[in-house]
Amino acid sequence: MNLSNASASLNAILPLVVVILWACALLLVDLFITKERKGLTALLAAIGMLASLIITLARLDLEAVVFNGMVTVDGFSNFLTVLFLGSGIVAVALSYDYLKRMGLEKGEYYVLLLFTVSGMMLMAVASDLIVVFLALELLSIPLYVLAGIATPRLDSEESSLKYFLLGSFSTGIVVYGIALVFGATGTTSLAGIVDAITAGSAGMGLLVAGAAMLLIGLGFKVALVPFHMWTPDVYQGAPSSVTAFMAIGAKAAGFAAILRIFIQAFPALSVDLTPVLWVLAALTMILGNVVAIAQRNIKRLLAYSSIANAGYILLALVPYGQSDVAADSVASALFYLLAYAFTSFTAWSVVIALEQVEGKGLELEDYAGLSRRYPILALTMTVAMLSFTGVPPTLGFLGKFYVFRTLLEGGFPGLAVIGVVTSLISAYYYLRVVVYMYMREGEPQAIRDPWLYIAATASAICLVVLGIFSQPLFAWASQAMLH
Amino acid sequence: MPQEYIPIAVLIILATGLAFLVVAIGHLFGPRRPTQRKGQPYESGMRPFGPGTRRMPVHFYLVAVLFILFDIEVVFFLPWAIVFRQLGLFGLIEMIIFIVILLVGYIYAWKKGAFEWE
Repeated sequence: MNLSNASASLNAILPLVVVILWACALLLVDLFITKERKGLTALLAAIGMLASLIITLARLDLEAVVFNGMVTVDGFSNFLTVLFLGSGIVAVALSYDYLKRMGLEKGEYYVLLLFTVSGMMLMAVASDLIVVFLALELLSIPLYVLAGIATPRLDSEESSLKYFLLGSFSTGIVVYGIALVFGATGTTSLAGIVDAITAGSAGMGLLVAGAAMLLIGLGFKVALVPFHMWTPDVYQGAPSSVTAFMAIGAKAAGFAAILRIFIQAFPALSVDLTPVLWVLAALTMILGNVVAIAQRNIKRLLAYSSIANAGYILLALVPYGQSDVAADSVASALFYLLAYAFTSFTAWSVVIALEQVEGKGLELEDYAGLSRRYPILALTMTVAMLSFTGVPPTLGFLGKFYVFRTLLEGGFPGLAVIGVVTSLISAYYYLRVVVYMYMREGEPQAIRDPWLYIAATASAICLVVLGIFSQPLFAWASQAMLH
Repeated sequence: MPQEYIPIAVLIILATGLAFLVVAIGHLFGPRRPTQRKGQPYESGMRPFGPGTRRMPVHFYLVAVLFILFDIEVVFFLPWAIVFRQLGLFGLIEMIIFIVILLVGYIYAWKKGAFEWE
């Protein structure tokens, strides 16, 4: 690698470089911002991500393989980069007032947020298992710290510790998987793995074991059953603004890695892996949706809902080995992630608006009578719940529609039936929230913060409007092909 | 190819077996005269005092973290210094970027008072 080569490489990942440099600079600038003016840090963090987002949007059709093939910029990575940066900016909007109310104003919060976004962006472009590992660490470690940022509150510390222990354990499994794949093929590059498989020089038994390890490790990150145990506790204990971001960013990044690794490098293993994916997806949808029924705490309810949604996204991947379905597989998974991000942010911003200090205001009873005193919040929450359930004309419906269509094209009607039935089950607990808001009497407490309201109503409007005019969005996701 | 690993397997079995053997021999033939002193927890031969969960200065942990940070820096310096001529200007710029990132962390730790231990 020489200098001109390096500058071309850096140019290809310019949005990522901007975020990392900005995070380093903000870490130093924040030292000179007094505690009363941490809003400035929040603003600067949002500006940094906005700049990066504008660069990404300005060159959406950029495609390049750089850093000696370790990094691939393509439609897939550009789509996800936009998703990550958008999530980061919304997370800042949700966090600012929440942190002030909870007495958690720390400049490091926004710096860590920038670092974890940069890890996710790296994950989107990674086309070498070593870079996948690097991105996984870069996105996870700041999230462990963010989960515990409400220290000395015990539940936040518990959340951080559990997330750290299980997260590092799963990272270890990923590394072991990478080692096995390297042992089988002699390379860590995704393109190299395909070459080794087609040349017949790969040890297939070892390769399947390595791919399974990768699936387990990344399954931890995206909370697939049976690797989901940490999710409810971590989501409940972490500050809500962190959970909101974690639920979307970490999940999307984990699926970015799964999609790219499996569709690009391991289609030859689909004979061995498809039954495993089938069972994992079915278990995840069933357990997530059924256990969510028993939850009275809204954060735990949304945690189980996020587990169930991981199952729906995994549905798109089940037929990944059939080359004529692979394109739809990526498109429907990406579209579902986008729909999930909008829905999730809508729901979480209402949760953040209702949360009081000391973890109060999080039970279902606290939502009783919300429609009378805060009609806008109640309406946005209703839209989010309908979208989670998959009721037309919301984005959530279309997300599920495309995923099921991919599944039927791939020839898995049984799994599609399980998906539809579990969606019906999920209607029970999602609509119960709506029933509490509209049909029960109560004295709900909520704050009136403009940024929070803008985030909540804007994403709720997007859910409906984009749901009706979804064609351009899905066309964009369909172009986001892997190369 | 797997045959090449047989010596290693033999070594692992021998080492494990030897460990078990030695412990078993001591267990079988060693005299046993328990006293109260012997039953106490081992604290480097000193007489134990107080409960085991005393408070201790957290500075040590801070020192350890900072040590790891700057120790790893040196680990990267060494191979770079050896192939410095082959890498040329590119390597130099890479190293400068690396050090600048570390420096950001250093300044942060400094301004946060991580080095004021009193």
